[in-house]
Amino acid sequence: MTNPVVLEAKNLVKYFPTVSKGLLQRSTDSVKAVDGVSVQVRAGQTLGVVGESGCGKSTLARLLMRLLPPTSGTVLLDGADITSLTGRELRAVRAKIQMVFQDPVASLNPRHSVGQIIGTPLKFLKVKSATGAREHVQELMELVGLNPEHYNRYPHEFSGGQRQRIGIARALAVGPQVIVADEPVSALDVSIQAQVLNLMEKLQRDLGLSYVFIAHDLSVVRHIADEIIVMYLGKVVESGSPSDVYSTPSHPYTQALLSAIPVADPRAAASHKRTVLVGDVPSPIDPPSGCRFRTRCPRAQDLCALEEPALIDRGQGHPVACHFPG
Amino acid sequence: MSELVLQVKDLKVAFSTVDGVVQAVNGISFDVRKGQTLGIVGESGSGKSVTASAIMGLTNRKSADMSGSILLGGLDVLTAQEREIRALRGREAAMVFQDPMSALNPYYTVGKQIAEAYEVHHPKTSKKERRLIALDMLAKVGLPKPSECIDEYPHQFSGGMRQRIVIAIALVNNPRLLIADEPTTALDVTVQAQILDLMMNLQQEFGSAIILITHDLGVVAEVADEVMVMYAGQTMESSKVQTLFDTPSHPYTRGLLGSVRSLDNSERGALHTIAGNPPSMISLPGGCPFHPRCEFSASMNGLCATVQPTLRVLPATGSESACHLNDDQLLSLGLGVNHD
Amino acid sequence: MIAYLTRRILFAGVLLLAVSLFTFLIFTVLPTDPAALTCGKACTPDRIEANRTRLGYDQPVTTQYVRFLKGIVGGRTYGEGQGEFTCGAPSLGYSFSQKDCVTSLIARTLPVTASIAFGGFALWIIFGIGLGMVSALKRGRWPDRLISVVSVVGLSFPTFFLALLLLFIFVIWTQILPFPSYVSPTEDFFGWCQALILPWLTITIISAPYYIRLTRFGMLETMNEDYVRLGIAKGLKRWTVLRKYVLRSALIPIVTVAGLDFGVTLGGAVFTESVFSLPGMGRLSIKAVSDSDLPVLVGTTLVAGTFIVVFNLLTDIFYGFVDPRVRIHK
Repeated sequence: MTNPVVLEAKNLVKYFPTVSKGLLQRSTDSVKAVDGVSVQVRAGQTLGVVGESGCGKSTLARLLMRLLPPTSGTVLLDGADITSLTGRELRAVRAKIQMVFQDPVASLNPRHSVGQIIGTPLKFLKVKSATGAREHVQELMELVGLNPEHYNRYPHEFSGGQRQRIGIARALAVGPQVIVADEPVSALDVSIQAQVLNLMEKLQRDLGLSYVFIAHDLSVVRHIADEIIVMYLGKVVESGSPSDVYSTPSHPYTQALLSAIPVADPRAAASHKRTVLVGDVPSPIDPPSGCRFRTRCPRAQDLCALEEPALIDRGQGHPVACHFPG
Repeated sequence: MSELVLQVKDLKVAFSTVDGVVQAVNGISFDVRKGQTLGIVGESGSGKSVTASAIMGLTNRKSADMSGSILLGGLDVLTAQEREIRALRGREAAMVFQDPMSALNPYYTVGKQIAEAYEVHHPKTSKKERRLIALDMLAKVGLPKPSECIDEYPHQFSGGMRQRIVIAIALVNNPRLLIADEPTTALDVTVQAQILDLMMNLQQEFGSAIILITHDLGVVAEVADEVMVMYAGQTMESSKVQTLFDTPSHPYTRGLLGSVRSLDNSERGALHTIAGNPPSMISLPGGCPFHPRCEFSASMNGLCATVQPTLRVLPATGSESACHLNDDQLLSLGLGVNHD
Repeated sequence: MIAYLTRRILFAGVLLLAVSLFTFLIFTVLPTDPAALTCGKACTPDRIEANRTRLGYDQPVTTQYVRFLKGIVGGRTYGEGQGEFTCGAPSLGYSFSQKDCVTSLIARTLPVTASIAFGGFALWIIFGIGLGMVSALKRGRWPDRLISVVSVVGLSFPTFFLALLLLFIFVIWTQILPFPSYVSPTEDFFGWCQALILPWLTITIISAPYYIRLTRFGMLETMNEDYVRLGIAKGLKRWTVLRKYVLRSALIPIVTVAGLDFGVTLGGAVFTESVFSLPGMGRLSIKAVSDSDLPVLVGTTLVAGTFIVVFNLLTDIFYGFVDPRVRIHK
C-alpha cells in the first residue's frame, strides 16, 4: 500500500435536479446520485467499486473522468486539482484517464474500422507516437490480443469479447495512467469474462496502469481489486482490502450482498443460509433519514433513523459506516 | 418416476437470414417431469432461448425451419394448429421473460394483465372474480399492498416488483410447466435472490415443473435438479445438478466451471478461461462444434473436427455426454476444477 | 394531470399570442406600403397619405398591433365618413382590395377548406393505417411489396401534378365526374361528395404513404416487444394481441402526427384548392399574396397558425389520456 496516489476524489457530491410536476416545473428536488464520496487510486493498483443499480457507481466513474462536473468536492490527478479544468487543460487530463464502457457494441462506432476507432483518440488528443499512427494502432491491437491484420475490419465482424478488447485498445491508445472501467465484463459470457479480466491484469502488470473497476458482480471485483468500496444510495458503506470486505464484511449491506451471490456449488447452496433483503432500494430523490440502508436493514434500531453513521475506521484499515457493525 | 410434462425429441430450429442459414438449435432432446427443475445452461448463441420459444410455440413457423417434436399436453407443438397451441399456453406451459422492464404492457394496469391471463382459460368467470384472483396472485408473489398495486401501471414498479408481476401472470392458471428465460439476469443480485426464493416457494405451492434458462452456473446450482449444458445449439452434457458440479463430463462444462470457480476463488492470479470465441452460428465448425476451443481435441487425431459426437450415458455417474473422450477421461475431467 | 393540462393550455395561449405578434410583424415590416394598396391605380399621393392617417398606418407598429388585438376581441371600425366600414368581433382586419372584412372572407372560405380537410383526413387515415397494418402483417410478402411500391409512386407525385392528372382522367377523359364546383353538404350532400372526391383523393394519395410507413414501422417494432410475446404466451387470441398490445402502442405516435397534419390541412390545401378551383382558404391566401392584400394574409396566416396550435394541444391532451406513463408519474 505504499504506492503513490494517482487519482483522488475528496468528498464528491453530485445532485441531478429533477423536473417537478408543478405548474411552473420549478425544480425543488434532486437525485442524490453521489453524496460525499472520497476515494484514492494508487499507482499500479485497482480500486473496485461495488454496488447495485442506483447506488451511484456509474456517476462516480463519470465524475472521476470529469465527464460530469461535480456539485461539490474535488478530483485530484497526480496531486493537481482537475475539478474545474476546461478546454485544452481538460483534454490533457483525458490523455491520462481513459474509460472502458460496459457495452462493447454500443460504445463502438459501427461505421468506423477498428483501426479508425483505436486511432481516433490519438488524433483528437494530439498524442504523438514514435512510430506511425498505423503501426502504433497495430501494436495496440497485438497488445490486447487482436490480430493486427484485422486493422480494416468493422466492429460487427468481431465477437463480444473481441469488441471489448477493441474498447480497451482504444482506451490505451493515448497512453493513460488510469483507466476507469464501468462494468467492462458484465455484458460478456462467463468464459469470455475471464479472458478479458486476465488481459486487464496483464496490461496492468506490463504498463503499470491504475484501474477504477466498477461492477455489480462481487466475484469479478474480488478477483481484480486491491482496494474495494461498497456503495449504497450514493454513499460508501464499507471499504477495505478484498479480504476485509469478503472475509470479514462488517456492514449489513455488504453481508447481504455477499450472501445473495449464488454459489456455483449445489452442496454449498443447500447449506448456506442467505440473508435475503426485503424490499427495494429507496428513491435517491428522497433517501431515508439517518442511515440510508436502515429501511432494509435487519439490524436497524431507533438510532439509525436519527443519526447518519460516519464512515469510521475502527483501527483495522477497514472503514464501515454503520452504528452496529459486526 | 413422476409424470412426464414435456418431451422434446431431436429438435432442430434454423432461421434463414441474409447472411445465410442460422442453425440455432441442432438436434436436442430432453424430458421434463412433474415438480422437477431443469436448468438449461449456455452462453449467448447456444440456442437456449430459441428452445424456450419453440416450446411455447412462439417461433414463427414461416421464418423458421423446424423439425423433431415437442410433446406438451398431449400435442406436438411443432405440428399442432395455432388454436390448439393457444389452449396450451398459460395452462400447460407459461413463460417468464428476462427483462421485466419490457415484459408488461405499459397501457394496462397490472391487475388487468393478470386477470386477462386468467380469463383466457376461465372465460366464464366474472370481472369481479377475476379481480379477486389477481389480488390473490399479487399477494402470493409478495407485492406489498396488493389492493393498491392492482390498479397501478407497470411503470410505477421497480424491476424486481415487475418480475414478481410477470411471475403472477405466468402462474395464475397453475401451469404444469413454467419456462423462465434468464428470469434474474436483468436484476440486481439482492433482488435476484428474492426472485429465486419466490420461484422455488411457488414451485412447492403450485407443483409446476420449471425450465430455468440461464448463463449463470451459480443460479443453476441453487435451484436446478437436472442440468443440460448447451453449446452452439447442441447438448454437450446432461446431468443431475450435483453430478455436474462434482464430475463434469464434458470439456466445455469443465471450462465453464473452471471460469466460474477461479472467479469465486479469492486468490489473485490468472483466471481459468476457455480459449477462443464462440463459433458463428452460420458456419459452424465440422465435427464437434466445441473442438476449436477444446483443450483435448488436439490429441484426438482429428476425430473431433470430422465426426460429431453423439450423447451417450456414462454408467458411472448417469450423466450424458457428447464427447469423443473415453469414459475414464471424461470422469477425470472434474479433478482439476474442484476448488476444495 | 390537472397541472399537466393547465400547463399545456397556458402554453398554447402564449404560443398563439406569439404567433399573432410574429405574423403581424412579418407583414408590417415588408417593404410594401400598406397605404398605397388601399386605393386603386389612380391613387394620388395625397389620398395615400390621407388613408395612411385614417387607417393608422402612420402609428408605431406597437400601437397598430394593440389595435389589431383589440379588434380581435371587440371588433373594429375601419376608415371614417363615407368609406367607413365596421367589422364585428373577432375582426382580423379589412381587405381594401376585396372590400370586405377579413373575418367574413375567412368564414366564407373555411367551410370549403374544412370539407376538403375532413374528407381527405378520414380517407388518408383509413388507407394509411389500414394498408400499413396489412403491410406489417404480410411483411416481406407480395401485399407488403405491392403497397410499398404504390406508396413510393404516390409519394413522388407533386401535388399539383397529381391533382391535374386526376382531373384529366376523371373529368376530361372518362368524364365520370363533372368539374368540381363546391356546394354545401347541408344543401346537397351527394353534390358535395361529388365535388370533393378528387381533392380528397389527391390529399389521400399524397399523405397516406407516410402513414402506411409509420404504421408498418410502429407495428413491426411493437411486435418485437417482450410484452407482446408475453401476450401471446398467455394464450390470447391473435386478434386480441393485435388490438390490445400491438395497435395501441403502434398507433399512439401516429395519432400525434395525424393531429398536427390535420391542423395543417385545415389551414388551407393551397395546391389542391387552386387546381380544382375550390374557393377555400388556401386559394384566399394565394390571391392575397398576388394582390399584396396584407390584412387577408395576416388573417389567414393567423387562423392557419391557430389550427396548428390548437390541434397540437389536443393531441398532447390525448397523449396524456392514453399513455399512463404521461398521466401518472411514479
